[in-house]
Amino acid sequence: MEKQKVTINVFRFNAETDYLPHYDKFEIEVSKEEVVLDVLNRIKWEYDGSFTYRRSCRHGICGSCAIKVNGRSTLACKERMIDMIELFGTELTFDPVSKNRAVKDMVVDKSDFWKKHDSIIPYLVADIDEHPESENIVPPNEAEQIDEADYCIQCGCCYYACPVVNEANEDYLGPAALVKAYRFNADVRDGAKKERLKIVDKLGKGVWDCVKCYECTEACPKELDPMSKITKLHNQLFQEEVVQKNVASRHAVGFKKSIEKHGILDEGMLVAYSEGCAVFKHIPEALAMWKKGKIVMPWEMPKSKKLDEIKKLIKISSTAKF
Amino acid sequence: MSLKYALYTGCTARESTPELLKSTLAVAKKLDIELVLLDEASCCGASHLQDFDDFLSLVLNARNICYAEMLELPMITICNTCQLNTALTKKRLDENPELKERVNEKLGEVGLEYKGSVSVRHFLYALIEDYGLDNLRKKVVKPLSQFNIAPFYGCHNIRPSELHHFTNSTKESAYNPTSLDELIEALEGNSVDYEHKNKCCGFHVDLQAPKTANRLSGNALVDAIDNDADMMVTPCPLCHLNLDVKQHAASREVGRDINLPVLHLPQLIGLALGCTPEEVGIQHNVTEVNIV
Ligand code: SF4
Ligand code: SF4
Ligand code: SF4
Ligand code: FES
Repeated sequence: MEKQKVTINVFRFNAETDYLPHYDKFEIEVSKEEVVLDVLNRIKWEYDGSFTYRRSCRHGICGSCAIKVNGRSTLACKERMIDMIELFGTELTFDPVSKNRAVKDMVVDKSDFWKKHDSIIPYLVADIDEHPESENIVPPNEAEQIDEADYCIQCGCCYYACPVVNEANEDYLGPAALVKAYRFNADVRDGAKKERLKIVDKLGKGVWDCVKCYECTEACPKELDPMSKITKLHNQLFQEEVVQKNVASRHAVGFKKSIEKHGILDEGMLVAYSEGCAVFKHIPEALAMWKKGKIVMPWEMPKSKKLDEIKKLIKISSTAKF
Repeated sequence: MSLKYALYTGCTARESTPELLKSTLAVAKKLDIELVLLDEASCCGASHLQDFDDFLSLVLNARNICYAEMLELPMITICNTCQLNTALTKKRLDENPELKERVNEKLGEVGLEYKGSVSVRHFLYALIEDYGLDNLRKKVVKPLSQFNIAPFYGCHNIRPSELHHFTNSTKESAYNPTSLDELIEALEGNSVDYEHKNKCCGFHVDLQAPKTANRLSGNALVDAIDNDADMMVTPCPLCHLNLDVKQHAASREVGRDINLPVLHLPQLIGLALGCTPEEVGIQHNVTEVNIV
């Protein structure tokens, strides 16, 4: 493809003057070198000078140019138009990363994003010798533990793709803040690990509210795999013995207990162990399932063959305590 | 064509969704696909065990794959989350010899060795890639042409796409997936296009954040209904638990009357291939399937 004609529907809204947003349609010929940001620029320069969006570096560093193309979080200066055409065809829609937070056209109010970022102690807590005699060197293997989490540019692509934040629970910290929490927790020079872990352990806002959908991993333009950092925070919660005993942590541990006993999962036992006394609230649901032949009675619980082998492996391979 | 696989059933198919195992076996029979059940396998940890003990989760999943390797059969799964955990284990071990060695050190103590010699795919992709949708179309005796069927892909079969592109020759897009739609069309049903088809059902927070789970499931169900779906189909039993068994709770959370039959993928295929409702275990579905 040398040149390709595309139709772009662009979200237009001005919070100061408009009651409702509308879409403007642009027919544009794009060439194969152009990235999405080039097209945003051309809309502004060639068609409508009032069109508003954020950009600064044009090099995937400042994190300001994120938008949504056909619903997909996209860092405008990094994504090529031909890839968008290949993915979605020649009819494209440009939206701000979050329509609910739109201020003007592509520009959104990121205050909730930054508030959550600020809440996880997003800096190194360390006693620094003001007159060091030599450099403070972190050896490569220790630096690698950060797992590139320090490459995060706070673009919000992950945050605005996260269904928990955007459809269900606005208190959830979301992937970007959790990546940042991991970034400092994995830093050997840092001294606030436990404090940060206590924050991310809180039910209703922390790691336990992640639905493990991998939208963030799919969305991150720096390929940081935010979801894997969330898993590592879970691991740290147990390693540092910060984790609260509650339905969520018992649920994670319950898998081990059940596998130890049956090889496969004992679903009923898992719910009972995780919930403790609160298991009673599941009775109506359990009854409906029982009527449909969906509950296996304890005495009928199937077991994996070679259960002894599984037990032995659990004994010799376990690395965590609760 | 003779296809033979090692089937990792996962736990759900042996407990709360018996209809999934039943319908899978029924479909395999109709298509002359031979399945060997991996009865030695343990639970995959459902993406929760790894939060507690990542290494243990790797060892257990690697052990499961070992049993398919010993049979020298490609392994298939019938649960998205099993697929995720098993394939992720395979990818991590195949790409990291040092980690593989650490895992094999443990497996060696019970006389096993993870080699990395077999593939791990969800039944959906094995069907598409090995059996072929054209061949499947030829076997349809009860076309689903009068139904609008909403495909619900489930996160762990399409994201992270890097993993699934490593595993499957089908290069499914996480943003614009088509495999389930194509399968529905092969059964001559009408696939429903709706925004939530590749979104999350919230299953993994069912216990600690039921409001979130019900909201996400409810949003998906409502979206399908608003796009004229007569039923929904999913390749994942965990999605099925949320969308079918807990449909009432989802309905309450989003404040809409929802009554949408949700079928497991092999239930839908089985019906089109001429299985009776009873043969695909429709009697186990909680939301009544009044259309068969
Ligand atoms: S995996 Fe967790 S953090 Fe990432 S998008 Fe899904 S819910 Fe949000
Ligand atoms: S983790 Fe990735 S997507 Fe999220 S803010 Fe950082 S760079 Fe952007
Ligand atoms: S997904 Fe759940 S049920 Fe299926 S095997 Fe994994 S843990 Fe067991
Ligand atoms: S303009 Fe700076 S990241 Fe895109």
